[in-house]
Amino acid sequence: MSENKAASEVKNVLHVENVTMQFGGVVAVNNLSLDIPQNRIIALIGPNGAGKTTAFNCITGVYQPTNGLVEFMGKPMVRSHPTGKMKKQYKGENAEMYVGNGIINPTPDKITRLGIARTFQNIRLWKSMTVFDNVLVAKHMRAKQNVFSATFRGNAKEERRMRDETMSLLEEQGLDKVKDDLATSLPYGLQRRLEIARALATDPKLLLLDEPAAGMNPQETQELAEFIKEIREKYKLTVFLIEHHMDLVMRISDYIYVIDFGSEIARGVPMEIQNNQRVIDAYLGVAEDE
Amino acid sequence: MTKIEQKKSKKGTWIALCCIAALYVLLFLIDNVFPSTSFIVMLTPVLKKGAIYSLLCVSMNLLNGFTGLFSLGQAGFMLIGAYTYAIFTIPVAEHMSVYQYFDGGAIQFSIPEAIGSILGPTGGAFFGSIIAIILAGCVAAVFAALIGIPVLRLKSDYLAIATLGFVEIIRAVFQWNSLGVITNGSNQLRKYTAFSDMKLTIGGATLKFGTIFPFLIVMLCIIVIVLLINSSYGRAFKAIRDDEVAAEAMGISLFKHKMLSFVISCFFAGVGGALLAMFQTTIKAQSFTSAMTYEILLMVVIGGIGSVSGSCIAAFLYIACSEWWLRFLDSGKFLGLSVPFFRDGFRKVVFSVVIMIIVLFFSRGIMGDRELSFSGIAGGVKKLSGRLKKKDIEEKEDTGNE
Repeated sequence: MSENKAASEVKNVLHVENVTMQFGGVVAVNNLSLDIPQNRIIALIGPNGAGKTTAFNCITGVYQPTNGLVEFMGKPMVRSHPTGKMKKQYKGENAEMYVGNGIINPTPDKITRLGIARTFQNIRLWKSMTVFDNVLVAKHMRAKQNVFSATFRGNAKEERRMRDETMSLLEEQGLDKVKDDLATSLPYGLQRRLEIARALATDPKLLLLDEPAAGMNPQETQELAEFIKEIREKYKLTVFLIEHHMDLVMRISDYIYVIDFGSEIARGVPMEIQNNQRVIDAYLGVAEDE
Repeated sequence: MTKIEQKKSKKGTWIALCCIAALYVLLFLIDNVFPSTSFIVMLTPVLKKGAIYSLLCVSMNLLNGFTGLFSLGQAGFMLIGAYTYAIFTIPVAEHMSVYQYFDGGAIQFSIPEAIGSILGPTGGAFFGSIIAIILAGCVAAVFAALIGIPVLRLKSDYLAIATLGFVEIIRAVFQWNSLGVITNGSNQLRKYTAFSDMKLTIGGATLKFGTIFPFLIVMLCIIVIVLLINSSYGRAFKAIRDDEVAAEAMGISLFKHKMLSFVISCFFAGVGGALLAMFQTTIKAQSFTSAMTYEILLMVVIGGIGSVSGSCIAAFLYIACSEWWLRFLDSGKFLGLSVPFFRDGFRKVVFSVVIMIIVLFFSRGIMGDRELSFSGIAGGVKKLSGRLKKKDIEEKEDTGNE
C-alpha cells in the first residue's frame, strides 16, 4: 500500500482514501478510495442516491467526512475519524486508521484556494449579478489587496487586471456578448457554461463538475463533451465529474469509478465498465429468477 | 460608444458636484442668512436628523441589504458611539456638574479642549469633535468584532435575535451604577460639544456651521461606504448575500467577509450615534431601545433593501413626516377647524397607515435595489415629457440619435 502510494504521489492530483460519510445511522459514502491522475478526465457514476454528490461535498469541504483521508497534490487536505457520539454509531470500516493524526477540516474557501474549483448540480449563480460580475467575484480570492486599498482605489492596477482577465475569460468561453445580462436571464446551457467559467476564474488545478449535462439535450451534451476536453487542454486541468449521461461519460472519461449505495462496485476504463455485469445490474436492476 | 458613455459620465459627475455645492451653499445660507421663521426653525432639525439617519440607514443597509446579514444591533452600536463621543468631549470644568453623583467621574480629559489648547477654541471644537467621532466609530467597531466572533456563525433569524439581545445587554450595562464613574449610570450626559458649537468668529461676525457639519461627515461616510460596495469586497458581500454556498466554493471566506461587513457597518453606526448625540445635546442610555433599530430598519425597507440612495431618500422622508409634515395631525385643528380625531397620537396612526400603503404597493421599497442617478432622472423626465408631447420628442430624438 505505502509503496504504491509513494509511486503515485507525483502524478496523482487527488488521492481519496477510505472516505466514509455517515449521517446519523445512514452511511451515504462507504469506504470510498480513488485516485485522480494529472490531466485526466475521471468520472464518478452511479444510480440516483448512490452518494456521488456527498462524495464531492466531502472533497470540497462542505461536509466533514466521518472517517478517511483526502490528499491534494501529495499533501493531506482533509483527514477525519469518528468522534463523540459517532464513535459508537460508526458503521464503516477502518475506524482506528486515522485516529493518531488529528483532524484536518478546512472550510470550502480554503480548499478552493488550494486549487480545487467546482460547479453545482443545481446551478448556483449569483442571481442579482451580471454575467461579468459573476466571473469577476471569483477573481476576488486571488487578488492582491486589502479592504482599504480596495475601497480607496489604492490598487487600480489590480482591479484593472481582474477586469481584463475576466473579459478575456468570457471571450474564450463565448460569453462576452451577454456579459452585461443578469446571470439568471441566460438560457440553461449558457448558465452551465458560465458556472464552469466562474470556476475557471479561480485558477484551479482540479475541476470538479457535478452533473454538468443535467437537463441538456443531446446536441448540447455533445458540445459540452468537446468543451470539457477543450478546457482541459487549454488550462492544463484535471477534471473529475459526476454524470448521469452515459454517452457523455463513455466518450470523454479516461477512467471511471462506479458507486452504488455509497460503496464502490466497479472501476475501470469505459470499455470495462460498459461490460461490467454489476454496473448493468445496478443501473437496470437485477432480474429476479422465476 | 464608450467615448460617448465616458462623456456622459463626466457630465454626470459635473452635475452631481454642482448639486452638492449648491446644497452646501443653501445649508450655509440656512445657518447664517435666512431669518429664523417658523419654516426654517422646523426645517433645520429635520435636515440634521435626516442626514444622521441617512448614515444610520446606509450602514444598516450595508449589512442587511448588501451582505444579507439580518442584524438588529444598530441601536446598541449607536449607543456605544454616542457615549464614547460624549464622554470624551465634556469639558473638564463641567465634569463636576455632569457626574454629580460620581465625584466628577473617572475621565478628567476632553479631546476638544486638548486640541483647543493648540488650535484655539474653534479649531478645538471642530477637530476635537471629529477625532472624538472617529474614536466613537472605532470603539463601536471593536465591540462589533468581539460580538461578531460568536454571533456571526448564526444565520438569518437567529442572528437577528442574538444581536437584539446584545442591544438590551449593552443598554443595561451602560446604566449600571458600578460603571457610573465613566457612563454616569442612568443619568444623562450633557454639556459636550454639540452642533451649535460649530461656529467661527471672524472680526466680530459669527459664522455658524451647525447644519453643514453633520452633512459633511455623513456625506464623507456614505462616499466611503459606496466606494466599498463598488469595490472587490463589495462584490464579494453581494455574492454572499445571493448564495453563501457558491460564494464559499469560489474561495470567499464567509467568516472573514461577514466580520468585515459587520465591523464596518458598526463603525458607521457608532459614527451615526456620535452625531445623534451632538444633535440631541443630551443623551441617556435609556433612549437607545430596540425601537430605534426598528425605525432604521423601516427606513431601509421603505427606501429599498440594497439601495444606498433609497436609504437616504427614505431617511429624509421619514424624518420629515414624523417630525414635521404630519405634526398638524396632533394639533387638534386643521385649516382653522377643530377636528375631533386630530389629537395627540393620531399622527402615529396616520403614519402607520402610510407605511402600510408603501409596503403594500412598493413591496421592494421606493428604489428597489437600483440607485438614483442623474442619467436616470434625465431619462425619467424625458419619458414624462415624451408622454405629454409625443410628436416634438420623436423629431428631437431622431436628430439626437444621428
